[in-house]
Amino acid sequence: MSSATNDYSKTRAFLIDTTKCTGCRGCQVACKQWNQLKAEETSFFSGEGYQNPPSMSEHTFTRVKFKDYQKNGQNEFAFYKEMCMHCNEPACASVCPVGAFRKTAEGPVVYDAKRCIGCRFCMVACPFGVPKYEWSKAFPLVKKCTGCFSRLKAGLEPACATACPTAITYGSRAEMLKEAEKRIAARPDRYVKVVYGKEEAGGTSVLYLTHQPLDELGFKQVTKRSLPSYTWQALRLVPGIFLTVGGSLSLLSWFTHRKDRLKKEEEQRQASSHKAKEENQ
Amino acid sequence: MTAARLIINEIKGYHRFLKFLMALVGLGALASLVRFVFGLGATTNLNDTYPWGLWISFDVVTAVPLAAGAFTLGAITHCFHIKKLEPLVRPAIVTGFLGYSLVSVGLLLDLGQPQRCWHTMVFWNPHSPMFEVSMCIMAYTTVLFLEFLSPVCERFGYHLPLRILRTLEMPLVVAAASISTLHQSSLGTFFLIAVDKLHSLWYNPLLPLLFWISAIFSGLSIIILEATMTHKWLGQEDESELLETLARIIPWVIGVYILIKAYALFFLSHGPFFDRPGMVALFAVETIAGVFVPFFMFMRKKVRTDNRLRAIAAGLLIFGLVLNRFNVSMYGMIHDGQVYIPSLVETLVTVGIIAAEILFFVLIAKYFPIFEHHPETVDYSIPDHFRKIEKEHGEHGKVGSEA
Repeated sequence: MSSATNDYSKTRAFLIDTTKCTGCRGCQVACKQWNQLKAEETSFFSGEGYQNPPSMSEHTFTRVKFKDYQKNGQNEFAFYKEMCMHCNEPACASVCPVGAFRKTAEGPVVYDAKRCIGCRFCMVACPFGVPKYEWSKAFPLVKKCTGCFSRLKAGLEPACATACPTAITYGSRAEMLKEAEKRIAARPDRYVKVVYGKEEAGGTSVLYLTHQPLDELGFKQVTKRSLPSYTWQALRLVPGIFLTVGGSLSLLSWFTHRKDRLKKEEEQRQASSHKAKEENQ
Repeated sequence: MTAARLIINEIKGYHRFLKFLMALVGLGALASLVRFVFGLGATTNLNDTYPWGLWISFDVVTAVPLAAGAFTLGAITHCFHIKKLEPLVRPAIVTGFLGYSLVSVGLLLDLGQPQRCWHTMVFWNPHSPMFEVSMCIMAYTTVLFLEFLSPVCERFGYHLPLRILRTLEMPLVVAAASISTLHQSSLGTFFLIAVDKLHSLWYNPLLPLLFWISAIFSGLSIIILEATMTHKWLGQEDESELLETLARIIPWVIGVYILIKAYALFFLSHGPFFDRPGMVALFAVETIAGVFVPFFMFMRKKVRTDNRLRAIAAGLLIFGLVLNRFNVSMYGMIHDGQVYIPSLVETLVTVGIIAAEILFFVLIAKYFPIFEHHPETVDYSIPDHFRKIEKEHGEHGKVGSEA
């Protein structure tokens, strides 16, 4: 997984300006409709505040988180649209034993259900907790946001980005980053001066602008290094270690056994010569 | 009909404990059937917050190092050529073979699509530690099976395969050690991806190395425990002199482990150590009761020579290993609020797997020449001349008739 060689500036990315989000949840509905996902039976205040459903699941690929806070003595809401971040170097793709996940050249990280063996390593690995499991089924698979790869192929934008009236801008990652910097520069009082997703997990295809400090909104503190590099620094040693251990043990046993073999042959030779002598006499 | 009656009569003669184990295995099999009928979600307490539970933490991540005795002892006995340890090798191989077969069973139960397990052999992803481990486990189970075939062939007097197996013996030992090195350590690599999830008391880049070293000392401890128990309850020979040799090796391995763990903890770990009292307590128990106490016990001659104390020290070390693997794969993973407790089905399956390991070990020991394997009766050396094999023939016949 070489981060330096790959250029992700041309991949498609979401710029989600949470300060412009009205919490209408049109994106949630559009996502359900396009992906033909079942409705979930939920109740208000089952999670934190007004957010509904309480978390992403096999039936919900995206959802708007609600955060209550006080501003000038007034109760205010902040919103955060949770979805697959479509990492430049996705942890899910690196840990999957059968390579069911793939970062496409267009940007989305897509999942091939036909390959999946259902080991759930992707769920353990994902720093954002995105892949979800079909716990309701006897032979479950993984479910997650597809970045509407099929729509991209047809020349359309993702369903949530199309449905969103205010907050989501969609375009190449370089453009989106430029746009984000421009907005921060133009309205410095409006934004925290961080673009979440620019460096998180080695860079993602979903970029966020916020007014609230990130952790208060529920953004996960994530390493800036690409996650696959953490395991690869150990795994890349595998062939070398195999050859070293195998080779040195073979060599060692050749030596240890050689002494034995020589001794035994010597004994046998002596015995036979002794025997021959006896016979001669 | 008569064959069935023979088997039933044979089973009737078994000790009560064996029948109890059989019942547990039966329950476990039933529970796994329930899992397949009703699905993972309905029968386990796993969820999106805890995608991995008891089956991964115990049946795979813990069981694999517990079955490490075979490769460790194989390498020590054959590669380092400490010949006198040979009587211990076969029981270790049987334990390893059973252990790995049951790891595969546990893994299959845990997969959502077990019928697709062959996919790992077709769709390669060398960047995945899981791919690495599953390939290694398949390869190593094959190696263990071949090693296990030796006593089986001796039992039935199959001389031709025995000859081939004898020729393969050293390559198999070397393959076992190198494959085991890879997957024992790669199990640690699993958790390197959990960068911001695994608590910093356990997360460090040397996790794979630590997993490998702890597998070595726990494999040796299992051999000590097993030999002590088979001597006590199965009436097998007292191997305490050999176990003493193992007990002399173990503290060196623990010493290296402690040094590397300390280095990783103080120089390579980031993040706070003391932010969660529960984690600190788990870490303290694991390190003090499971590593330092057995370390100092094994350093004393009195412990090494005393059957009971030696077994206790080995038991503590195994306890430390089990707790360590659970800490890394379950407790140490940072989750907000939710608690995971294994469901009845999960528990029954795991208990069944442990019972199966003991049951099959006792049965194999009963019917195959596992413990009769002493260098004074069987020639172990590589048959590089034809006449040596000829010489062996007679001796095998003798061994077979004894068994």
